[in-house]
Amino acid sequence: MSELSLQRGLAVLRDQIDAPVAAFFSSCVNCGLCAQACPFYVETGDPRYTPILKVKPLRLVWEQEYTLWGKIKSMIGLAEKVTDEMLDEWEPLLYDSCTMCARCSLICPVGNDIQSMVRKTREGMVASGHAPEGLIGAASRAIRTGSPMGLKWKTLSAQIRHVEASSGLTVPVDQEGADYMVLLSSMEIINFPEYLEAIAKIFVHTGVTWTLSTDCYEATNAGIQIGNKDIAAELVQRIVDAAVKLKVKNVITPECGHAYTAMRWEGPNLIGKSYPFKVFHIIEVLDDLRAKGRLRTDGKEADRLSMHDPCNLARKSGVIDEQRHLMDMVAEDFVELKEHGKYQWCCGAGGGVSSNERAEALKMAAFKRKKAQIEEVEPERMVTMCATCRTQLEEGLEEFNMDIPVVGLTEMIADHLVEKKSST
Amino acid sequence: MSDPMEFLLWTKGPMFDWALAIFAIGLAARIAEIFVLGRKPNYAEPRGGEMGPGFRTVITRTVADRGTFARAPFDVVLGTVWHVGFIIALLLFIPHIELLDNLLGLSWPGLPNPVVDAVSAVTIVALIAALVHRIMHPVKKHLSTAEDYLIWLVTFLPLVTGYLAYHRLINPYPLALSLHILSVEIFLIVLPFTKLIHIFTAFIARWYNGATFGRKGIES
Repeated sequence: MSELSLQRGLAVLRDQIDAPVAAFFSSCVNCGLCAQACPFYVETGDPRYTPILKVKPLRLVWEQEYTLWGKIKSMIGLAEKVTDEMLDEWEPLLYDSCTMCARCSLICPVGNDIQSMVRKTREGMVASGHAPEGLIGAASRAIRTGSPMGLKWKTLSAQIRHVEASSGLTVPVDQEGADYMVLLSSMEIINFPEYLEAIAKIFVHTGVTWTLSTDCYEATNAGIQIGNKDIAAELVQRIVDAAVKLKVKNVITPECGHAYTAMRWEGPNLIGKSYPFKVFHIIEVLDDLRAKGRLRTDGKEADRLSMHDPCNLARKSGVIDEQRHLMDMVAEDFVELKEHGKYQWCCGAGGGVSSNERAEALKMAAFKRKKAQIEEVEPERMVTMCATCRTQLEEGLEEFNMDIPVVGLTEMIADHLVEKKSST
Repeated sequence: MSDPMEFLLWTKGPMFDWALAIFAIGLAARIAEIFVLGRKPNYAEPRGGEMGPGFRTVITRTVADRGTFARAPFDVVLGTVWHVGFIIALLLFIPHIELLDNLLGLSWPGLPNPVVDAVSAVTIVALIAALVHRIMHPVKKHLSTAEDYLIWLVTFLPLVTGYLAYHRLINPYPLALSLHILSVEIFLIVLPFTKLIHIFTAFIARWYNGATFGRKGIES
């Protein structure tokens, strides 16, 4: 990489530093407890994967530019500089061995929100030309085609026809003034088409109006995963424009963890203003309909079920009780993983790791933590509500020859809806 | 300054004033360095508050969650023991309280000397164990820099000199007391410019952590 791109990266890192970052770095005493919170360290035992170490480039910039003592050290040549070689070495630490699951942020004794600093450091990595190929591809496809996987509307359109034929229901498209605009994720469209049919059934059952938008149906945000606020803002703006055009009051993000945090928490700050609509994860909407008595189910699954909380939904967004209320409706024998809710362990695939082919081996290594958790409670099936987590759980369980199918919670709810004629 | 009495007067007099001044100015500068950076406005609709959850985390983050305790019991127990021990020795030893009373006009009840003595002994042992742990544990070893060992030493010296002075193990006594006071002055001078600043900034960091999570409706 050139000196120019390094300088650009350093300028972006400088721009990321705020009072919380300064408080966090001032407070770190290298106790190393964050390593105990990280599935990548816990499962590999490699100290390079200690979370606080992953943000060292940001720390050096903070120390040298924003502390008097650091400036003095710099002047007398005692400061360690951020170089291209260093950023090369740090690229796999920041992208391959971190899902931004934020477990370290919850464990750190001095209160460092390390995950937020990984997110910030990735901005500098992109600007200096140190991002993984897989994520660069996903981000540029997202900008070009609207989908990180390069999916076109005609693929979704075929899917819609298929759902309509099999369910006899209509999937509304571009319906102005609907209660909810529904977003999907490419991974879901390809791997879990049953989700679309499930929400079609649920919305008819609950009497909710909804719509897809041909302008924008992709909820995921590759800009946030790679760490580029301009790409991220553009992807958020497309959703905002589509929702405004259809005059909807609510936007639903799909069973995808990061799509929810991207829209719900980062999006307004990326575009610099609040939305003229509300954002919900599908699980929040279902629980709300349950609470209002509009979502009614019949019968329960008899086998032993456990649940994986997606990090983005539980620890990073506070959606923890909602999925449990829904599980209670349809599960006879539900057993919690020992550490769950805000303390759950990441599946190992989020934060762009699953789009980064180079990280494949580490992704499976990190999954071993989840595997150990599952083995402790021996469920017959796992339930989750994020397509990336679900894919990772399926692949991981298969890798370790564990015969435990994984189901999406929305589909499970759809399977138990009270028949229309008896629901009135 | 070959005379121990003269040495004591110097450590209690001009040196003490210098140390306090450097500590106070350094601390104020470091805290200002943090707050002048500010935070960008947050446009996302909050699910919970910031203020309350922030202060809650300032308190609750003192205790490790059950899972972390199970995975790193030695870290948690040792860290807690020596921090608590250090605070007891610093703030509940009657001569220290008298000094602070003279300095700040604030006073509170102390613990009997034998209790503080026992606590100090435990704290010294715990700090030595923490140093060994830092050298041995793969993560700590990998993370540690010269500064980490420096602040260990700077923390250790006031305890060990205090212990030696209390037990009259250094003679004459004015020399023992001078060495103890000097070690505290070094601690005060080094504090603002090293990770010892966490004594103050950790509460700010915890507040930001609790506020960030709290805004999203999570108790952190």
